[in-house]
Parts: sequence; structure tokens; C-alpha cells
Amino acid sequence: MRIASKEVSAVSLVKEALRKAHEFEDYHVFISMNEEAALAQAAEIDAKIARGEKVGRLAGVPFALKDNYLSPDGETTAGAHMLQGLTSPITATVVEKLKAEGAIAIGRTNMDAFAHGSSTENSYFGPTLNSADRERVAGGSSGGSAVAVALGIVEFATGSDTGGSIRQPASFNGIYGLKPTYGATSRYGVVAMASSTDCMGFFTKTPEDMDLLMSITAGQDPKDLTTLPDYYNSSEVKKVKRVGIIKDFDNEVVDADIRKALKEKCELLESKGYEIVKIEMPTLKYALAVYYIIQPAEVASNLSRYDGVRYGFRSKDSKDLDGLYENTRDEGFMPENKRRIMIGNFVLSSGFYDAYFLKAAKARTLIIKEYEKAFSECDFILTPVSPNPAFRLGEKVDDPVAMYLEDLMSVSLNLAGVPGLAIPAGKNAAGLPIGLQLVGPRRSDKSLIEFSKELAK
Amino acid sequence: MEIKREDIIHLAGLSNISLEEGEIEGLTKDLQSIIRYISQLDELNTDDVEPTYQVFEMENVWREDEVLPQDASREELLALTKEEKDNQIKVPKVL
Repeated sequence: MRIASKEVSAVSLVKEALRKAHEFEDYHVFISMNEEAALAQAAEIDAKIARGEKVGRLAGVPFALKDNYLSPDGETTAGAHMLQGLTSPITATVVEKLKAEGAIAIGRTNMDAFAHGSSTENSYFGPTLNSADRERVAGGSSGGSAVAVALGIVEFATGSDTGGSIRQPASFNGIYGLKPTYGATSRYGVVAMASSTDCMGFFTKTPEDMDLLMSITAGQDPKDLTTLPDYYNSSEVKKVKRVGIIKDFDNEVVDADIRKALKEKCELLESKGYEIVKIEMPTLKYALAVYYIIQPAEVASNLSRYDGVRYGFRSKDSKDLDGLYENTRDEGFMPENKRRIMIGNFVLSSGFYDAYFLKAAKARTLIIKEYEKAFSECDFILTPVSPNPAFRLGEKVDDPVAMYLEDLMSVSLNLAGVPGLAIPAGKNAAGLPIGLQLVGPRRSDKSLIEFSKELAK
Repeated sequence: MEIKREDIIHLAGLSNISLEEGEIEGLTKDLQSIIRYISQLDELNTDDVEPTYQVFEMENVWREDEVLPQDASREELLALTKEEKDNQIKVPKVL
């Protein structure tokens, strides 16, 4: 560690990160900053080192928190008017683990409100700009975190991935983004979106950093009973022979430059002696429809708690309690939040439950089986993350289905609970980053990260 | 199926959201296109397939039945509400 060896002080690192955060203010990366506390924590780490005390593996490393991770050192808004004013007494388990290793949160990053979106344009606080082209979107929902890392403001940032919210912004900004196996990291203390697919992961510039963060944060949490006992740190790195590519994703739906990047990576792997196999996963084309039934259903349920009574925003001047609920929810939610809650209540309502929710739950089983079959034919799968590189601000914001199609290739992993790592794969002629994703069976996160080094040339 | 204005008002009621008049038309159009998209699942044969509701591999995660220390105190939680009186959260009249 550079800090422990006194090459550089924690305070100077944090000051540098804060300076860059101000330099890049126009990109609208952060919703709130944590300057004073960050500098105080850095000074404490420097003092510990001066006294010869042991410091953690992330001592003095500045990072950014997606604004849906609760911690008492600032407001957690989740990008939503609904939670403005909420300073939670609770600390998310992932944050607690990072802080225990000495990492320093300098600020909270912008996101689509309640993580509903694929561009960060659904944030109550306005969109984040893409790190490579300021007229384009950052991706989403964890757009602020991706841009914070891509611009070099922080070493790493946290994200949450319910249907692609880490991998897609990572690919739009040319960095690494991991959606771990479902249950690898704790969901405790993160604003819930869709509980059966929510995964907590990270943005980094290298696979090595990703490995370190996973080794710190993976493991069972008594506060989240859907966490797996730590398999990450006892994983043996798998010997990879075959990499699969999905036939259905190699067509005109996908941008030509992304298909070219995929082809080049396949050639690179072949030149290194790996076998590329074409696999058929015919149910995946329904994954987006399945996801946009199951996810809104869980959203409708999870977001029913926001009623203006206990915390966050409360509408003024309501005549009675029902009015308070209804007005608070009308004024506190963004249009996309309302769409998802209403779709969720539609697919769950009597008369439609069997045709939509139950049907989707059955289709989910087919998708899981398809992944199991695929991983009997290959070790990992390499696919695009999204059908296109970063699109223009405003291009899709008024067309919810066009925005949902952004998630076409990312959502099936969440439905199946398998891990996916977005990796940088060059740039197109316009200089926009292109990303691909490596997909593995459940619990293969460590091998996935290790294998991504082979793709970095 | 066709989504009508009444359907939107019904769903808003189920969702506890008091829509303003200006929101209804846009939501009708948006929900119509979303429902049209998700309805493509009709094509998929799911006969004799068991549904999956969660992908966590473990069942029955037990713990001792004991009171654990809580992350937030009553005072801290009450401090988050907009209106408080006599250690209670105050809301407009219920009836």
C-alpha cells in the first residue's frame, strides 16, 4: 500500500480527489459531498500510520458511494425527492466493511431515482454527463459512480445492479463493473428496488481492484438472510477452456462496432488457445419482458413503504391520512417510479396475476435452466452489455420501452442470479467506450475477474 | 389488452398515488406500450414449468431467537419524521 509505506499521505489523496470532484463539477457526478468528514478520516489514518499502528487494506483510499447506500455521514436520497432530508442512523454492511479497511467516502453519486432507469436522466437532481462525451448519457442507474471512476476522481465506487445498473454505465464509460452472484454481498442498508435481483457491486479501473473489493465485502451478513457464506475468498480459480458466445446476440439489433469488438476479443482468446463455442439460448429474447414484469412487481411492493410518515419527504397540507399518502407519493416520485409501481400493481392484480406475474415466474425458471445448460457447454459466456454505446441525452427519456431495451442483454443474469463483469473493449470511431460482459455460473465471481485479465491483452 | 383512462385511475388507486389530471394521458400511453411489450410472453410455452420467485440457493436460514442490538434507537428514528409529539409520529386525522 502506498499510504502505509508513507509514499503519500491519506490527506493528500483525499484532497486530490476533492479537487478533481470540483474540477469536474459540470459532469454532475455527485448529489452531495462529504468533504469535512473525509478529511478528518484521512487525518486519522495518517496519525495511525505515524504512530506505527496497523491500518486496513484500503487505508486512505477515496471512494464514492452510490446515493442509495445508507450511512450516517450524509443524506441518502437514492436520487429521489422522496428521500430528501433523510440522514439515516443505519450504515449499509458493504459501507461498514469498506470503512473498516480504511476507505474514505468523499461523496454520494447521482443515480436514477430509486435506481429506475438506464441513463441517470430519471434523477430528481438532473442527469450525469458521460465521461467521454458530455452530450451523451452516463448510463444508469449507477451513472454518477461510473463517471466518478472513469474521470479518475476516485479509485472505486459502489453501485447496485438490479437489471444492469452497474454493467451498462461501466461499459458506457470504459471501466470495469461487477454484478456479483446473487447473495455474494449484503443488501442490508441499501435502498431496496427489486429484492430478488438486487446485487451490490463495484466500479474499478482494474480487475485487481475488483478482486480486492470483493475479497473485503463478500460473505454472510446476519442482517441480510439472503447472503451466502463467504465462498469468494476460498474460491479456486477455474481453469478455463471454452468461452461461449450467444448466437441470438450477434445480429443487427446490436451496434456494428460492439459486434466487431466482440469478434476481436474472440479472436484474441482463440489466439491464446481458448475455444470459442456458439451456444443457443432461445429463451433469452424473452428475458426483458420477464424482467419488466417481475421487477416492477417487486418495486411496487418495496416502494409501498414511502408514505411520508416516518422519514423523507412529506406533502404539506393534506386533509387526512389517505390524502397524505397519496399526495406524498404523487409529489415525491418521479414519472418512471410511478410507471413501475403502477405496472407492478397491474401484473399483481387479480385477473392479471396468472397471465403476467405467474407466467413470468415460470419463464424465469426456463431462463435459469438455459444458463445451466449453457454452462455445461462452456466455462464462461462473452456478450455485449447493451445493444449500443452511450446514447444522446434526451434521446430515450420520453419513450420508456426504448429505455427498457437498453437492458436487453443485462437483465437475464439478474433473473438467474449469475455474476457478470463488464469489461472495457476499446472505443468506436467517435471515441465512445465499448463494453462487453463476461458471464459465469453462480459463485464463479473470482474466476470471472481473474479471466478478464486475459481479455485485457 | 387496451389500457383506458379508467384503468390508470384504478391502478393509481391501488398504488396510493393521487395523479394530477395532466399525468393521466401520458401514463395511459406509456403503460399501454409497456404492457404491449411484456405481453410477448404469451408466445412462450410454460406448461408444466414450476415458477421461480427467488434465486437464493439456501433454505431455512435459522438463527437463535434472541433480541439483538439494534442499529438505530427510538430517538434516532423519531428524529427522522416531519412531525412528532409526545414520542409519537404525528399525522393528519385518520377518520
